Amino acid sequence: MTITEDRPADAPTPEIGKSRTRKEDQRLITGRTRWTDNIQLPGMLHLAMVRSPFAHATISAIDTSEAKGSSGVVAVFTGEDLKDIQGVNITAWPVSAEQKSPDHLPVAVSHVAHAGEIVAVVAARTAAEARDAAELVDVDYDELPAVLDLKEAAKDEVLAHPSLGTNTSATWQLDSAGQGSGGDIEEAIATAREGGILIEREYRQQRLIPAFMEPRSTVVDPTGEQVTMWSSTQVPHVLRFCIAATTGLPESKIRVIAPDVGGGFGGKLQTTPEEFATLAVARKLSKAVKYTETRSETMVSGHHGRDQWQKLTLAAEKDGRVTGLKVELMADLGAYAALVGGGVPVLGAWMFNSIYKFASYQFNLTNYYTNKTWVDAYRGAGRPEATYAIERLMDELAAEVGVDPLEIREKNWITHDEFPFTTVAGMTYDSGNYEAATAKAKELFGYDELRAEQKQRRESNDPVQLGIGISTFTEMCGLAPSRILGALNYGAGGWESASIRMLATGTVEVITGVSPHGQGHETAWSQIVADKLGVPFENVEVLHGDTQIAPKGMDTYGSRSLVVGAEAVVRAADKVIEKAKVVAAHLLEASVDDIEFSAGTFGVKGTDKGISMPEVALATWTGHNLPDGMEPSIDADATFDPDNFSFPHGTHLCAMEVDTETGASTMRKYVCVDDIGNIINPLIVEGQVHGGLVQGIAQALWEGAEYDDQGTLVTGSFVDYTLPTSADTISFITDHTYSPSTYNSLGTKGVGEAGCIASTPAVVNAIVDAVRSFGVNDILMPCTPERVWKAIQKGRSVPGEGERDAQPHFDEGVPNQDPGAAAEGSQA
Amino acid sequence: MIPAQFDYLAPTSVADAVAALAEHGDDAKVLAGGQSLLPILRMRLNAPGVVIDLGRIPELQGVSEDGDHLVIGAMTTYAAVLASEAVTTHAALLSKAIATVADPQIRHRGTIGGALVHADPAGDVGAPALALGAELVIAGADGSTRTVAAEDFFEDLFATAVGEGELLTQIRIPKHTGWGAHYEKFVRVSHQWSIVGVAATVRSEGGSIAEARVGLTNMGSTPLRARSVEEALVGQPATDEAVRAAVASVTDGTNPPSDLNGDADYRKHLATVLTRRAVLAAAGA
Repeated sequence: MTITEDRPADAPTPEIGKSRTRKEDQRLITGRTRWTDNIQLPGMLHLAMVRSPFAHATISAIDTSEAKGSSGVVAVFTGEDLKDIQGVNITAWPVSAEQKSPDHLPVAVSHVAHAGEIVAVVAARTAAEARDAAELVDVDYDELPAVLDLKEAAKDEVLAHPSLGTNTSATWQLDSAGQGSGGDIEEAIATAREGGILIEREYRQQRLIPAFMEPRSTVVDPTGEQVTMWSSTQVPHVLRFCIAATTGLPESKIRVIAPDVGGGFGGKLQTTPEEFATLAVARKLSKAVKYTETRSETMVSGHHGRDQWQKLTLAAEKDGRVTGLKVELMADLGAYAALVGGGVPVLGAWMFNSIYKFASYQFNLTNYYTNKTWVDAYRGAGRPEATYAIERLMDELAAEVGVDPLEIREKNWITHDEFPFTTVAGMTYDSGNYEAATAKAKELFGYDELRAEQKQRRESNDPVQLGIGISTFTEMCGLAPSRILGALNYGAGGWESASIRMLATGTVEVITGVSPHGQGHETAWSQIVADKLGVPFENVEVLHGDTQIAPKGMDTYGSRSLVVGAEAVVRAADKVIEKAKVVAAHLLEASVDDIEFSAGTFGVKGTDKGISMPEVALATWTGHNLPDGMEPSIDADATFDPDNFSFPHGTHLCAMEVDTETGASTMRKYVCVDDIGNIINPLIVEGQVHGGLVQGIAQALWEGAEYDDQGTLVTGSFVDYTLPTSADTISFITDHTYSPSTYNSLGTKGVGEAGCIASTPAVVNAIVDAVRSFGVNDILMPCTPERVWKAIQKGRSVPGEGERDAQPHFDEGVPNQDPGAAAEGSQA
Repeated sequence: MIPAQFDYLAPTSVADAVAALAEHGDDAKVLAGGQSLLPILRMRLNAPGVVIDLGRIPELQGVSEDGDHLVIGAMTTYAAVLASEAVTTHAALLSKAIATVADPQIRHRGTIGGALVHADPAGDVGAPALALGAELVIAGADGSTRTVAAEDFFEDLFATAVGEGELLTQIRIPKHTGWGAHYEKFVRVSHQWSIVGVAATVRSEGGSIAEARVGLTNMGSTPLRARSVEEALVGQPATDEAVRAAVASVTDGTNPPSDLNGDADYRKHLATVLTRRAVLAAAGA
């Protein structure tokens, strides 16, 4: 798909729509580039962090004398030493005015609330000497009882922060009756309880660890007029703001650079204790310093993702038409309210109703603190949780009604002729075609053939059963309309900024406020600008990630860069063309109204006279012959604030084979048809979809952060935190339908998170579908072979196999019954 | 990930290596392929004063034949063992097990001797070594060597018959030419340590099993040999039913761990299923 414009027959083929390989990849893949840890400054010192081994303790004494005497050590700082200048790690999104947020000091002074928290910093001549000395810092802790389980935290018997008096951070509600976007949920539930269908389930979103490839690293040089920080971050602009807001350094005295950054997945959408501690030490010593974490430190200190209990009540009529959904969420924030932290589950509030027309809806959230690593955005952030819940529920409803799960979806989804459609949650979806995506996916999947094979395997009692999982997802991305963020009490806007500089020699510099960390923005933005300005792809340079070069920006997360950031670039390009037209008209001795711009040339209507964009740029640079009074510049800036989110959707179909003898699940086939509107670079999109799929599949099958009862992270390395590799996945079949977004001129929708949001329920639905005949209706994620096997055993042990009550009701007054726990085996 | 400081020695002969061990005693750690030792050092779980690298000792490398035995140098990498036609021909079980170890990078660094002496019960080399009746040649401080049967080699979790001041130098494997073999490894992700593994090799005669050897990975603190299963299989046809019955006793005497990948009872169940599958596959059924 391309943006269609009238082009002369001899014009070059449009860049938009080309599967270009990424111009930035050679240096990124070979590592011969500016990773933060590659940066060396003269006289630079190296830091090592001393971290609490305890989940919850007070610090009674720290003896740094031995460490200070260790070889190569320049200084050792405790939180006490740094407290005047170290600032604080703030949350940008207190979800309610009443939210309780404990102070999160970069280096703890008297209290640690999770294992891995920093208690002292060693600065030495080499990283090895710093590490050696860190072992010599002697910290006396008085251990406190730790609260490590979300449901225990809700009881307020053990407090993560005794000074808060409660573990509850905040509560938040969206009610369709209250806000006038739908009916009363309690009425719908009461009606369904009488004569309809009520599906009541509790699902668990396990804790995940964003496993970006490049560990986090920060270099600070305090010796210039501006303090310069290089950091492996997704959010250099947000980081600069937070430093200015809390350390006493004026914003104008801070330069933050995100050089090449090796992945983030939300894990670097943070302002970290390590960044603030590094800055504080550099300022104390007036020397450049570097801190690069080990992977073990990433695991305990980098923020984690997900971690929710979801209590769900779905009301429907007997025929499967859904009348209401009530969501009661418990979310674990870990020890502190992180940058977005408490707002992540809120982002799910508009997505539990997904693509469906529910008459009533209510979303209730309570955020809790525990003595575990803090939790924040992880690829999808709020929407995967919501999508998982509703897509699992739709399968359960189909089982209850006794129809194909695609049929139950079709009965409830918004049809293509109903767009734009305002949902029961109050969100207006501009475009989409769920029927088209589903039809294409079914065909690519061979849906009917696989259903026939499933039936045959069931009838022959094959030890390997086949299951088909469906996920007809949508999501909201492109964060975000600033007014909506304001209404949600978020601390910043959601606009994006761009500048275009037309250089004298014909090349173009594009400055973007987003901050790529592996997405390929340099390539995609170059394609867009090449088409817009009619210059060769190679002549476009995309600059970003440095607050001196790109002074304004809101950075990269929430699948926003293309739909918000690139739209700002398009608007800047339009301004460049408008300015250049004036110069061209002057040089061609024509009226501006008669100038036409096409394929890089300004022509005069009805003549063969023309002048190229580079010629106009050169003429502007010399300034020798410009219209009277014209400022000698055709450069332009633009800031774009979207009117709405973008709403990608798609139909994902997954076939899983389940070995009922061992519980092992093997993926047989995966088809996804995603509608992300128009596509700039199909190859980059393919990469985003594949990577997203694997991350979502990994939540379903492999990943999960586990703690012991002391609050120590058991999955503290990649030996135990089982990330998949390409050897564990299959070739996916991907395709697209095209319903352009109406909120940006390129017609694009975000794709960065889509695969990760959609795939998790598709996989779990497939596994449950494979073993439903054994009386199984849920398996906790990750669906380990042991959990699957035990679920089958438990199902088989119940008389009347397959005939069990498929809808156990929540008892009155018992908030969370944890029905999945029985299948969990020995794992806490 | 920076280890504590250590001195590094790289002897070029077994005699020099043993002499270095004698000199540094407890303070020394032997580096083979480094696939277990280096993470341990980098995470500072151990901080030896001296690391003795065996990587420059030619006599510890390579596969050769000695009559009815294969002789594999302790420092032969997994990849080199896999590339050896002699191993594929005469000890197919070892090839099949090693092919499942971790990932290609690790197989090009890790060594068979290093894995055996490290003696992680979840490692994939111990069970085939046991099943094939391997003999382990150990060099001592006084220049002597002694040979220990695999069954006496594994003493406990991470503990073997290789004593202080000693080095494993060779693995001698009786040829099992013509035996069918299969290693059934159960993992959640491909590069993982075995949750359970079963090494089975079978000599078939006239459609039934004449001899069988079965080793178990991660079903106790050491690799284990399932002798009762081996005996029960003799004379049985390679059918699902017969093998199912013969392997029923496979968990006798096992004591598997419980961890995030599965509790002990689940592992016992797995061992039963996997042994049946391994034996049937080894028998070509």
